[in-house]
Amino acid sequence: MMIMFTKLFSIGKKLDSRQRITMSVFSFLLPLLIWSLVSYVPFIWHPKVEIETAGDVSYFQQGMLIDRNIFDREVETAIKESKAVPEGVAANPVYLPAPHEVATALYTAFTTEPKRRNEKWLHESLWDSIQVIFWGFLISSLIGVPLGILAGTYDVFSKLFEPFIEFFRYLPAPAFGALAVAVLGIYDAPKIAIIFIGTFFQQVLVVSNTTRKLDPALLEAAMTLGAKRMSLLFRVVVPGIITHLYKDLRLLLGWAWTYLIVAELIGTSSGITWFITQQARYKNFDNVFAAIIIIGIIGLTTDLVLAAIGRKIFPWEKGLAKA
Amino acid sequence: MKQRELPSYLQQSDAVKDRFERMKKRPVTLQVKNLNKEFDTPQGKVTALKDINFETYKREFVCVIGPSGCGKSTLIRILAGLETQSSGDVLLDGEAAIGPGPDRGMVFQGYTLFPWLSVKDNVMFGLEMSGHSKASSEEQAFQWIDLVGLSKFAKSYPHQLSGGMKQRVAIARALANQPRILLMDEPFGALDAQTRAKMQGYLHEIWKNIDVTILFITHDLDEAVFLADRVLVLKANPGEVQEVIEVPVPHPRSPEQLLEPEFLATRKRLEELIHPAEADAGINEDHLNMVRMVRVDNEVESVY
Repeated sequence: MMIMFTKLFSIGKKLDSRQRITMSVFSFLLPLLIWSLVSYVPFIWHPKVEIETAGDVSYFQQGMLIDRNIFDREVETAIKESKAVPEGVAANPVYLPAPHEVATALYTAFTTEPKRRNEKWLHESLWDSIQVIFWGFLISSLIGVPLGILAGTYDVFSKLFEPFIEFFRYLPAPAFGALAVAVLGIYDAPKIAIIFIGTFFQQVLVVSNTTRKLDPALLEAAMTLGAKRMSLLFRVVVPGIITHLYKDLRLLLGWAWTYLIVAELIGTSSGITWFITQQARYKNFDNVFAAIIIIGIIGLTTDLVLAAIGRKIFPWEKGLAKA
Repeated sequence: MKQRELPSYLQQSDAVKDRFERMKKRPVTLQVKNLNKEFDTPQGKVTALKDINFETYKREFVCVIGPSGCGKSTLIRILAGLETQSSGDVLLDGEAAIGPGPDRGMVFQGYTLFPWLSVKDNVMFGLEMSGHSKASSEEQAFQWIDLVGLSKFAKSYPHQLSGGMKQRVAIARALANQPRILLMDEPFGALDAQTRAKMQGYLHEIWKNIDVTILFITHDLDEAVFLADRVLVLKANPGEVQEVIEVPVPHPRSPEQLLEPEFLATRKRLEELIHPAEADAGINEDHLNMVRMVRVDNEVESVY
């Protein structure tokens, strides 16, 4: 037991692969466990009471959620006045559905027909969101990555671009919402623009920083082998940073998702955000949680898939990680 | 230790003397004339190299040695064109060498292989840069890889190789461009003693069979004497040429020669130049303040 403990908590030592998988599973199980405890164990939290029989309390209705202290007071009065006593069970507020409710919602959200004919199915909403993210991130990367590499390679571009970008990245992307709608209309274009603004400026700075971390000795070696300007850039700088660049982009893609929610509220609200706000309005919080979890699942899966692709296309990366 | 009687390092056997005479009749490959290098630092101007003059003959093996801070790395970087001198000339076959170029190959201590390229592609890099077609550079690359005995690893990536193998790839990569001079900046400094000795042997083998002049920086006295025809000894602050020593050890060299009197004499001379006696006589302040910190009744009374 003691040995096990010291093994798990030794500083700077990697766990063996079985332990690492176990821990990764735990990292999901622990929050789920806390959520389940709060949901299913009646004496943990549960600040509300769900009415089962109203008794003689005029404003109680079956299924109603009432604050616990109000319920207790009514019970007391009922007993004092010898009226029919209301009955109920401890419950959580409507905004915290139990795991099984969300799990059901996860499934039914895809199978329930939208309430109105012109509304979209969940998967259609999701697809809209993915497209907005894709285009925003693609356009940002097409401009941001080359600029970042240039700024990281040549001091002249670094000084020319970076000060302004440093300034601009502090301007919150959502602040440009109204402007984006005025310029680009109300449909997808302003949303893509917000993703772009949210990603681009960080991207240039992150990429230029990564580029600067390239070992200068590699450039020197290439020069003594006869490499000149363009070949230095394309045959040494770019392949030299590509694995780190790839990791940066994976990270930045995560940021793009956070801007999505703001972006989709602009103009005509759409996509997964529209679904979430709509469901919250109907108080279908199980659906809200389901949608949020789906975003998480999409994000994590994309990242894992991209990581796997990375290992495939950069066969030398294992060596880099070791070094 | 008993002090053995050693001959003077200046004393050369007839064969060695004859070889040096013939060598000096060869054309000069690299000529360094009145080379100066100053750095601007926050503390003011620092002279790293002062009035360096020397030349290397075709297919000569020259080692550069000196105490730390003597500017030997700066010197080789200037020769490679990676840094510019403050004044003076570097002539390669009589022509000024400006900026880095494939006519001066360089091998660094840190290998500097491109991690994203296989061994073969690393060796091909320089060939492709100098305009060889893919097919022809591939063919030549295989030849060079075979020459350094790494044919089996042509498709491996650098991270899969040991330090000694990496450095052999780096040497093959530099030689593939057929440079007129091969500059080596403490190339075996990161290797363990056994690999280092093996690499020294390999390097001599390569040098013997290829038309290349080698300038080799080291801080290892044995390595300098073992490898070099002549040793250029620098002194520090500012970096100046202190002496150019003709190594009286005959070729071909072998590890047994490490105990020969001419070897030891040369080594002793280098020792005197690099670690002057007064530095050891207690004038310098860098020493331990050791007192006995073992209890009197310790089981081991003394380690001797």
